[in-house]
Amino acid sequence: MAASSNGNFRVIGTRPIRHDGIEKVVGRAKYGADYSFPGMLHGKLLRSPHAHARIKSINVEKALKLPGVKAIVTGKDLPRAENKIEQAGEMAINPYYLSMNILAHDKVLYDGHAIAAVAATSPHIAEEAVRLIEVEYEVLPPVMTVDAAMKPGAAILLHDLRNKEEGNKETNVAQHHQFKRGDVEAGFKSADFIVEREFNTAMVHQGYIEPHNAVGIYNNDGQATIYCSTQGAFDVRSLSAQVLGVPVGKLKVVPAEIGGGFGGKTTIYLEPLSVLLSQKTGAPVKLVMSRAEVLRASGPTSGSKIKIKMGATRDGKIIAAQIWMAYEAGAFPGSPVGAGAMCIIAPYTIENLHIDAYDVVVNRPKTAAYRAPGATNAAMASETIIDELADKCGIDPIDFRIMNGVKEGSPQVVGPPFKRIGFIETCEAIKNSEHYKSKLEVPFRGRGVASGFWFNAGMQSSATVNIHTDGTASVVTGSTDIGGSRAAMAMITAELLGLPVNDVRPVVADTDSIGHTDVTGGSRVTFATGMAVYEAAQDAIAQLKKRAAMVWELKPEQVEFRDGEFLSGDPSKPPMKIKELSKRLARTGGPITGRASVNARGVGPAFATTCIDVEVDPDTGKVQVLRCTVAQDAGRAIHPSYVEGQMQGGTAQGIGWALNEEYFYDDKGILRNTGLLDYRMPTCLDLPLIETAIVEVPNPGHPLGVRGVGEVSIVPPPAAVANAIYDAVGVRMTETPMSPPKLLKEILKKRAAENAQSAAAD
Amino acid sequence: MPIAIIPALLRKYTAGQERITVQGRTVREVVADLERHYPGIAAHLLEDGDLKPSIAVSIDGEIAPEGLLGPVDEASEVYFLPALGGGR
Repeated sequence: MAASSNGNFRVIGTRPIRHDGIEKVVGRAKYGADYSFPGMLHGKLLRSPHAHARIKSINVEKALKLPGVKAIVTGKDLPRAENKIEQAGEMAINPYYLSMNILAHDKVLYDGHAIAAVAATSPHIAEEAVRLIEVEYEVLPPVMTVDAAMKPGAAILLHDLRNKEEGNKETNVAQHHQFKRGDVEAGFKSADFIVEREFNTAMVHQGYIEPHNAVGIYNNDGQATIYCSTQGAFDVRSLSAQVLGVPVGKLKVVPAEIGGGFGGKTTIYLEPLSVLLSQKTGAPVKLVMSRAEVLRASGPTSGSKIKIKMGATRDGKIIAAQIWMAYEAGAFPGSPVGAGAMCIIAPYTIENLHIDAYDVVVNRPKTAAYRAPGATNAAMASETIIDELADKCGIDPIDFRIMNGVKEGSPQVVGPPFKRIGFIETCEAIKNSEHYKSKLEVPFRGRGVASGFWFNAGMQSSATVNIHTDGTASVVTGSTDIGGSRAAMAMITAELLGLPVNDVRPVVADTDSIGHTDVTGGSRVTFATGMAVYEAAQDAIAQLKKRAAMVWELKPEQVEFRDGEFLSGDPSKPPMKIKELSKRLARTGGPITGRASVNARGVGPAFATTCIDVEVDPDTGKVQVLRCTVAQDAGRAIHPSYVEGQMQGGTAQGIGWALNEEYFYDDKGILRNTGLLDYRMPTCLDLPLIETAIVEVPNPGHPLGVRGVGEVSIVPPPAAVANAIYDAVGVRMTETPMSPPKLLKEILKKRAAENAQSAAAD
Repeated sequence: MPIAIIPALLRKYTAGQERITVQGRTVREVVADLERHYPGIAAHLLEDGDLKPSIAVSIDGEIAPEGLLGPVDEASEVYFLPALGGGR
């Protein structure tokens, strides 16, 4: 693994053991389902057995009579929200659809759609009560794909969804985005090579280990507390408030430790129901999803159809691209197709461009964010085409990417120019790697490369840095820790205060104990919360300088802080470390708390380039990944091990997209792989050690150069695998997952064509 | 004078023009100036007097969290983009 240089830093760039490590290793860390309270009830949900049906009636009488059942709620118990997009924190949500996803109102829109929630004295009684609820359905035809949903005459999922550009007609197309630049037709006319293909990617799940959970406690004064596993406590608070129709200030959310999220825990499912059931019963209520419920009814990411036509000149310049893309939103609007459209050719400068992108509702669970949402589908298509064009031009695929790659000043898909970015550097890191230089001369083995882009995000974060009386410190943020961010926050604090990293205790606070902090997502925590921590530490230092000045009877401006020491400039007043100064805080004005809140600007986009070697079994179509190297621009790696962990984790998930994972629905729209034996994520037996090359092109928009590293590494692997398969066996795969049956079919098709050709020649 | 860059689907309101020189010292004033010259366009950018939640504004390559209050200077380029709300 490549080491990152830590330059002049003392703590940043080192690899300390994470502060929360021991509690997790010995099992003391408290996850959402670990919370228990006296008198607590247990909740279970009734879920739809149909993909698309009208609810004619719900009868809960028998269920309510079961001993131990305390309350049942249905969609009628939720206030009807207005059908319009509203701001909730930094998120735009439609509370009307959000509420209908939490509990169906008059229609069920996917297999597993929640219909009713029961609270009972035990989980078993709650389960039994769920079975006693009687629902009468009018079953409707399921609409499972974007093709089916966009076809004229398709069954309509949401009758209030209208196409305002076509006479306000009912539609399943929730949104259309378009991006245009230059003259695409003229571009294609001057191209020497044109490649055109259609791609389909499967709906996939984030696959976090810990299922969704929530404990709600409603108090008679109208205040409620929610304990849950989430990527954003403040988002749970604002979204739950919207669904329950209560002010945000009535809710407090305590984030538990989180057993994985990858974007999937940025929304709500059980949280408002736990409060509603608690309100009805007067007792705390805990709800925990099963694995099957997670797969059927939480938010996976979109399957998609993407058509691309791309042209290049003989000397290797990409000159035009025409792209059509449609993403499955699931049952309610909001797929990441807009982001996908802005990512799809983001690594390249293409003068002539036309992209149409459609957000399409289908009878599948409402999609949620998943690591660089929308970008992986997009790159599967564009990076395969790029590879084919490079091949036609006779140019090495990495060189082809470098020749066309974006740099500082290059336009983004949406127009504004990039600031300092490190795309070319990621390509060069792969080109110079021992992996890329090594030979692959065994039959049925192949090598593929691909690149990826993700915007990264800024948004709002708050932090406080408390100086303790013994000279240690705590750093408090509202960012739930899903990838080692506690350690990064402690390291930034320790670096600035001149303390050993273990003298800084990082704390993730609840929504009443820290200023508003947006979701842990968009690779934003080390960037934006890190910026708040940086400023909070500087605030603490400024206050400490004043205290040192009091002790020395100097003016604050006469005191310097350097390398962890306060300096007076007077030889008779020796330097003071924070440990000494902290003993004098009580007599110089009291405790010191550094504070900062930011709405972070200066986001630095992320790029990654990945090289994958595979071996294909030509008789079965099984693909084995032999070697994999990922290069990613981190800006500045605060804790290189956790940067590498993000790179490896994203790559592993991307390989899962490539080879195994897919939601498999039958012709009635029922999900048939609701367990992790059938929904096949890669395990350590499927993957080699993923080699990493951290590229550090500092982000000029961050005081420490940080970009954000959590997402982009998932983007290149599916295309890199597809390109490696082509190199190994000469077939172009255009569908994920590239599972054995699909690949074998293409291999046999190619073999049959070759046999026919040689027979004709004979 | 600042330049507003019009999203492709709204160019039908600006006779196909992508880059339009506008007056204004905030995004709100830029939108008002666009509406003065190209009536109907503001309805696609604004809702209840604020920027539509589905739209983000970028000023000189930087997403402006202030939305309509975002400051615009004489040489600014103002882009209206889809807000990144994917997966919600």
